[in-house]
Amino acid sequence: MALTNQEIARYSRHLILPEVGMEGQNKLKDASVLMIGTGGLGAPAALYLAASGIGRIGLVDFDVVDESNLQRQIIHGTKDIGRKKLHSARDSMHDINPYMQIELFEEALESSNAMRVLKDYDIVLDGTDNFPTRYLTNAACVLSGKPNVYGSIFRFEGQSTVFATKDGPCYRCLYPEPPPPGLVPSCAEGGVMGVLPGMIGIVQATETVKLILGAGNPLIGRLLLYDALGMKFRELKIRKDPNCPICGPNRTITELIDYHQFCGIPSTPAAPPPASSEVEPLVVKQWLNDGRKFTFIDVREPHEYQIARIEGTQLVPLGDVPKRLGEFDKNAEIVVHCKSGMRSAKAQKAMQEAGFTNVLNMKGGILAWSDKVDPTIPKY
Amino acid sequence: MAKILIPTPLRQFAGGNDTVDVTGATVGEALTALTTAHPDLRKNLYNDAGALRSFVNVYLNDEDIRYLSKEATPMGDGDTISIVPSIAGGR
Repeated sequence: MALTNQEIARYSRHLILPEVGMEGQNKLKDASVLMIGTGGLGAPAALYLAASGIGRIGLVDFDVVDESNLQRQIIHGTKDIGRKKLHSARDSMHDINPYMQIELFEEALESSNAMRVLKDYDIVLDGTDNFPTRYLTNAACVLSGKPNVYGSIFRFEGQSTVFATKDGPCYRCLYPEPPPPGLVPSCAEGGVMGVLPGMIGIVQATETVKLILGAGNPLIGRLLLYDALGMKFRELKIRKDPNCPICGPNRTITELIDYHQFCGIPSTPAAPPPASSEVEPLVVKQWLNDGRKFTFIDVREPHEYQIARIEGTQLVPLGDVPKRLGEFDKNAEIVVHCKSGMRSAKAQKAMQEAGFTNVLNMKGGILAWSDKVDPTIPKY
Repeated sequence: MAKILIPTPLRQFAGGNDTVDVTGATVGEALTALTTAHPDLRKNLYNDAGALRSFVNVYLNDEDIRYLSKEATPMGDGDTISIVPSIAGGR
């Protein structure tokens, strides 16, 4: 479809670039991009792709805007807290560019829907936040022959590349297998510098535009590493693995599999821990009020202790638990807590394995304490 | 002397260092020197069978050692070894 006079005015800085011109801008208008996730990576990428004049963008997300997203997910605003991310993202993109089409998929990408969701798009931008969805996105891209513009982040570091082009490597060529669950913390657990996904998301948007234009040297077969603290960019080679089970010449995978299972995550949630190993925050509060003798251990990190802490606890970060076991009586009553109960469950298990007989995990951690016992404790 | 770059997720097991200087004739020897100096790194880099974990890639300069001679890849002064683990964050 030809550009209107309004569009010509809007895209003039593109049109006067010989590498884009009318031909390139028409390619952008005719292109379609599917964005998996409108979070840290998706937010900046979607804003720039909308501004660039991509004709049709699909957004896949099932989440709702939370206050803790706003430190980095700049497509959403304070007024959007509690709204669906899809609606908030669509409004921001249409505010920038009303001449584009936005399609919304309010669902999690799963093996059962991925091929359908990807079907009508030229390029996929992976802005997800977990290993199963990344392996799924890669597989769906390889099987449907669509480039996968990849980015991922952790604390102060990011990675980006383009997978699944015709002759290029795929995600499984780079990382044949995921780490076991729980080994690599997520952004929610490990934290992330707010501007980091901006840098990586914009690298992804840049590569997407270049792929559409056919301009420049795409980030295929090259892994870009970014270290925000050192402010360093490095580049490593990614080879196409001749033995890759999904993109190699002797591929054994020809349809989508269960990627939760592939990543070692059971499809059905694990059985809840026995009630006798957990204790409610309100009960712990009562014990404190009653002057009951027990040891109350906070296994979070020192910088978290500075944000919020419960009176009467002593700090033993999870990583220090094994070497500090000698400080505690194996038969004493001990309550452990963390932010939400995951890390303290690990501490509890380590202590039990070391012969401690009476360790209880405070259910829901300090977040639940704030909800149920003391609302003056800030939640983070 | 060669340099090993330690990525953020593993720095806590390497005394907080972002680089560690090592000596060795091969990448495997350099990694052994690293895990000898920082034993907590061992279980993060190797599985119980003693093989490098498949979600941790090791590069000599910009080349994946899987496409060189793996841990037997020879190395020399001034080379840089990068450990690049799989990360998945995005939100």
